[in-house]
Amino acid sequence: MPPPPTQPNVRVVTLRIDDRDLSAREDETIIEVCRENKIPIPSLCHLDGLTIWGGCRLCMVEVAGQNRLLAACSTRVAEGMRIQTNTEKLQRYRRTIIELLFAERNHVCSVCVSNGHCELQWLAQRCGVDHVRVPYRQVPYPVDSSHEMFRVDHNRCILCTRCVRVCDEIEGAHTWDVMGRGSDCRVITDLATPWGESESCTSCGKCVQVCPTGALVKQGTSVGEMVKDQHFLPILARRRHAP
Amino acid sequence: MHLEDLAEKAAEYRAEEAHVEHEVRVCVAASCQSSGSLPVLEALTKACGDGGGTCKVKGVGCMGLCSAGPLVAVAKRDSDLADSLVYRDVTAADAPEIMASVRGAPVERLRCPTDQPFFARQQRIVLENSGIIDPDSFKGYVAVGGYAALVQALSEMTPGDVLREITTSGLRGRGGGGYPTGLKWSTIAKMPAGQKYVICNADEGDPGAFMDRAVLESDPHRILEGMAIAAYAVGANKGYVYVRAEYPLAVERLQTAIRKAKRAGFLGSKVADTQFAFEIEIRLGAGAFVCGEETALMASIEGLRGQPRPRPPYPAESGLWGCPTLINNVETFANIAPIIREGGDWFASIGTERSKGTKVFALAGKIENTGLIEVPMGTKLRDIIEVIGGGIPDGRAFKAVQTGGPSGGCIPEAHLDIPVDYDSLKTLGTMMGSGGMIVMDDSSCMVDVARYFMEFCMTESCGKCIPCRAGTQQMHGLLDKITRSQGTQADLTLLEELCEVVQATSLCGLGQTAPNPVLSTLRYFRDEYEQKLGDG
Repeated sequence: MPPPPTQPNVRVVTLRIDDRDLSAREDETIIEVCRENKIPIPSLCHLDGLTIWGGCRLCMVEVAGQNRLLAACSTRVAEGMRIQTNTEKLQRYRRTIIELLFAERNHVCSVCVSNGHCELQWLAQRCGVDHVRVPYRQVPYPVDSSHEMFRVDHNRCILCTRCVRVCDEIEGAHTWDVMGRGSDCRVITDLATPWGESESCTSCGKCVQVCPTGALVKQGTSVGEMVKDQHFLPILARRRHAP
Repeated sequence: MHLEDLAEKAAEYRAEEAHVEHEVRVCVAASCQSSGSLPVLEALTKACGDGGGTCKVKGVGCMGLCSAGPLVAVAKRDSDLADSLVYRDVTAADAPEIMASVRGAPVERLRCPTDQPFFARQQRIVLENSGIIDPDSFKGYVAVGGYAALVQALSEMTPGDVLREITTSGLRGRGGGGYPTGLKWSTIAKMPAGQKYVICNADEGDPGAFMDRAVLESDPHRILEGMAIAAYAVGANKGYVYVRAEYPLAVERLQTAIRKAKRAGFLGSKVADTQFAFEIEIRLGAGAFVCGEETALMASIEGLRGQPRPRPPYPAESGLWGCPTLINNVETFANIAPIIREGGDWFASIGTERSKGTKVFALAGKIENTGLIEVPMGTKLRDIIEVIGGGIPDGRAFKAVQTGGPSGGCIPEAHLDIPVDYDSLKTLGTMMGSGGMIVMDDSSCMVDVARYFMEFCMTESCGKCIPCRAGTQQMHGLLDKITRSQGTQADLTLLEELCEVVQATSLCGLGQTAPNPVLSTLRYFRDEYEQKLGDG
């Protein structure tokens, strides 16, 4: 007879999200519990299977008894937590953050290969962004088409670093990284060499699939043709981290 | 080693200097060096010769009144700054006259009276050795009672005793947040035994702040002693001093201090001949302001990109390489030795109800006496600026004082009578910060001031989170537009809204506090914004 499986010492907690009573394992984050229970929480940097980043700040939620908003992706649940995910204030903040993103670089949907399949576009629609109040910066960023299969258009990049994390954590190549500061930040391959000359890139294409916008795309796609598939990620991530 | 052994050593070092009756102390901290104190030191050493065996010329740390540098103090051995004859704006040519004044009449034309409030109103705890001992001399530090607190802690106190003293003292973190130091230390001490770290945050980056630099350059052993006591209390065996590379002199003096402390057995595998082991390494910051934020600082020490990460987990639980880590600021560590030596109750008797001890401030901007001061918490802001600082030069009027750097705010004339402590500054919409005070007169435009600090935050944003990266950029654009008198009422409304979003949603302290200079200038000088608005 096989020995009984060892029970990991994780407790279960109950909490209340948007007036719904829910249960969760205490090692889960708020965003995981919300996704499990089909409570929509916007996020551009979080992706099931990758490590927590906490950069987009769209998943901020209100937790009773806390004087600050908390990021749902980087906050673990606790017994008795009372969470509001969609108050008027949060909606306003989210709209502003998305507007800031649109104005930061060039996100013109009508000429984008990801038009119709873009997470930023989708979130903007869902959060009710009907216009952008801040001035567009209109700063041109480079496009790198040196790779034979893929292309990076920095004008569409929102610096969510999903590409950096998937390359490092799942593919194990660590081709991508970030250079620069503030709005000058750029994702780079190797030590800022053209992607096509990268020695570490395995051309697996995972970075392209996880990219939420039209920043990383397949060569040869035209407007609206770049459809991304991220279903592989949770499965691969679980296999990578299986004991 | 016992306290008696150390006292014996100190007596021995003092005996070596017994023949010296007078000391000529030349400030060799960065500020006086930049106004030419090294040639003065050289000329004085030459003019002194062997000094008849009774006079000695030595380089010392900061005396405080940086605007009058190079400063030279002629003093009897063991006497402090207030009892010495201080000369200001000294040049190498003045050396013979100064040497002659050691036993003769003072040189009146160079004299800087030490009974003026700038010197008389200060209470020096952190800076007690600053301007008196040679920062490069290990013997000099031990001779004035250095390392006694460490030996006392190791030989006569348990880690629990040390924690109790620090908690009793009511000391709060001097880096800006004001978190109770005793509580922080206890949390780390409570973590299960294993690898723990102690970090000294010397990445002082606020514009107009130079307190930590002065302490490191004037009395580096005090920081090492404070860190070692902290390590003993929390159970750490490894420490890092994270100091910005823009402070080469501080780095050099720290290196010397670490080397000498190691050789003397106050750092290393058997500190002061006990079983306690503690090593300290220096890490240089590469110029990013955000690396003063504790999680970004730790990432930088680990060799990663200096970017903050979400907290919790706090460093006390999971810090450097995932181990429990204690991070304190330079000035916090500088307060530790006196607290152990004199007791927590003594420290708690200084200052206000909720802010104990003294605070070092760097006075800068439009103020007569620019430099470094140390006053008890609760000193009135008006006293600091008008009495100690000597008021506004050129007959102009005071307008505002900015505290807390780019994370703080400005305080107008109407609120000058508040006692300075953590909580009173917070109620005024600013913060203590690390202690920089930039004084502005009526020629300053407050919208310009806000724009300057926003530009600072924008260029120093690491780029990780969107509100800070793109928000500071947009806020700077709006402020720029308003200063050029092209802004509209709608721009002002948008600016206020962006302030709210960036404050509420940014990832780290830099972003969360970046709107503060705008919010505080809007609170007190809204009319200046409105005057600059066009018709739109």
